Amino acid sequence: MQGLVVRRLLHMAITLFVVSLVVFFMVRLRGDPISVMAPPTFSEEQVARLREAWGFDKPLIEQYVLFITKAITGDFGQSIQARRPAMELVFERLGNTYLLASAAAILGVVIALPLGILSAVKRNSLIDLISSAFASLGNAMPNFWLGLMLIIIFSVNLRILPAFGALEPAAIIMPAVTLAVGTAARLSRITRSSMLEVLNQDYIRTAYSKGLSDRRVLYQHALRNALIPIVTVFGLQLGWLLGGSVIVESVFSWPGLGRLMIESINVRDITVVQAGLLWFALSFLVINFVIDLLYVYLDPRIHYR
Amino acid sequence: MTVDAKQPLKTTPVITQIGSVHRRRNRFILFWDALRHSPVGLIGLLIVLSLLLLAVFGGFITPHDPAQNNLRARFMQPGFTNEVGVFVLGTDQLGRDIFSRIIVGSTVSVLVGVVSVIIAGTLGVLLGLVSGFFGGWVDNILMRLADGLLSIPFIILVVAISGVLSAGLGTLILILGLTGWVTYARVIRSEVLKAREMEYIVAAYAIGHRRLSIMFQHILPNVISSGIILAASQVGVAILAESSLSFLGLGVKPPTVTWGLMLADGRQYINSAWWMTTFPGIAITITVLGITFLGDWLRDLLDPKVRGRN
Repeated sequence: MQGLVVRRLLHMAITLFVVSLVVFFMVRLRGDPISVMAPPTFSEEQVARLREAWGFDKPLIEQYVLFITKAITGDFGQSIQARRPAMELVFERLGNTYLLASAAAILGVVIALPLGILSAVKRNSLIDLISSAFASLGNAMPNFWLGLMLIIIFSVNLRILPAFGALEPAAIIMPAVTLAVGTAARLSRITRSSMLEVLNQDYIRTAYSKGLSDRRVLYQHALRNALIPIVTVFGLQLGWLLGGSVIVESVFSWPGLGRLMIESINVRDITVVQAGLLWFALSFLVINFVIDLLYVYLDPRIHYR
Repeated sequence: MTVDAKQPLKTTPVITQIGSVHRRRNRFILFWDALRHSPVGLIGLLIVLSLLLLAVFGGFITPHDPAQNNLRARFMQPGFTNEVGVFVLGTDQLGRDIFSRIIVGSTVSVLVGVVSVIIAGTLGVLLGLVSGFFGGWVDNILMRLADGLLSIPFIILVVAISGVLSAGLGTLILILGLTGWVTYARVIRSEVLKAREMEYIVAAYAIGHRRLSIMFQHILPNVISSGIILAASQVGVAILAESSLSFLGLGVKPPTVTWGLMLADGRQYINSAWWMTTFPGIAITITVLGITFLGDWLRDLLDPKVRGRN
């Protein structure tokens, strides 16, 4: 177990290093952002001085080394627009994004698990058909469009839910539902197929034949063994929820990290974009790390070499 | 499939499940037969075919000129009729016909979906093949790069790149293609790792085939179906990504007509003109649904593990 933790952490560090390289060069694909920062009235000499002040005149490799050595200590430089530490801006918004993503994740599980289990148990029934239609639609709908439709129904017509912002508790309902539908769709499918596979096993027949109740067989014998693929997809979905927040947050003007990213990209505030992207990657890697540890708990037969 | 035919013992049950025993059929009939028994696959095929037709010929069959402004007929409800004709799905903020714009908008979706998947798929299959076959440091570098790219959620990655590059249609396709290879590379690599250990590969070495010819002639044909299955589902992903990016103002720019841009327009007038947001979204949903249906059917057909399970 210890060896596993150490190896996973090491792997995470390497991946983060790769991400830092990708992110650093990616935001510089079109040269430095000074041209956007400097007012058009600036003379060439003033632009050059500005460039020097921000360190954009140094060779790229040198800039990267400087960036990474500072980043390790948590210093991602000043935001070009806000003139405040980029990490500070990221941290301000982080809570809102995590709140939204967890609300959507919980909602997704609450919808998907019963739906998936039911449609596996009552295979080819009406509920199975409904659940499969829901899954196909949930997968095919663009989530920002679903968000717009909810706004039309609940804000414009019924006037019962706020269409944007995060000022009142009810404001989280629509963005969370919007995000949750896609997750619920994918999770309910994998729950169904994983349950179906387990329900065909001999030990389930044995459990029934010893006279255990349906409930006991389903939850203690079947679900528990069906859980590994479900947890895997759930982990991937958490990353997807973080990604989906970029669009859903803009639809509902939810003040989270995703919207900060779009705002910063639009004004080419590259220090904030760098900090935000790395933070997204770190969140995703930590989630995967936890899931890997969960496997060992869920199935004691799993040993990592 | 040709491999199956040479091992009659193993394939007999599969053939029975498809519906005919011991009869040799050509590939087309086999496809058609499988399609006839799968209504979902058939629906998918119909949607995808009509989408392709619209994308190519849509410009000729629109009831109105999709770019024609008519300021006296702005924000008209679906079904609005004037001396020019009927506007089935209503008009937008400039009085343009939404139905015609949806028809014309299919071109961008198809273009983005197909071309970016071809780029990503070719690149991904090649890199996965090389990574799995040669192993060593090539494999290490490629897979660490894949880990890195996969740990940034895909949509955020493309949002960031297209934001930096202020993409147009061509750049957008390239971005989706060059970032999408990772999934293919992973899948193909793991298939290659399995195939590499097979006896027929050892046999190929033994009769003196060279490594490149083994890689392309013996391993590739046996792993390519995973790539095709993946590609089918990725077309939908690319179409959704394009519409998201255009919606955010980071993708295709006007005057090109795309469903994502129509939704961005509609959002401005969401309080008064529900039809501007509703119909382009339905178009995207039906499109992605059709592609998914067809892709699922293709998977059932190509993947012997799933084939005939229902």
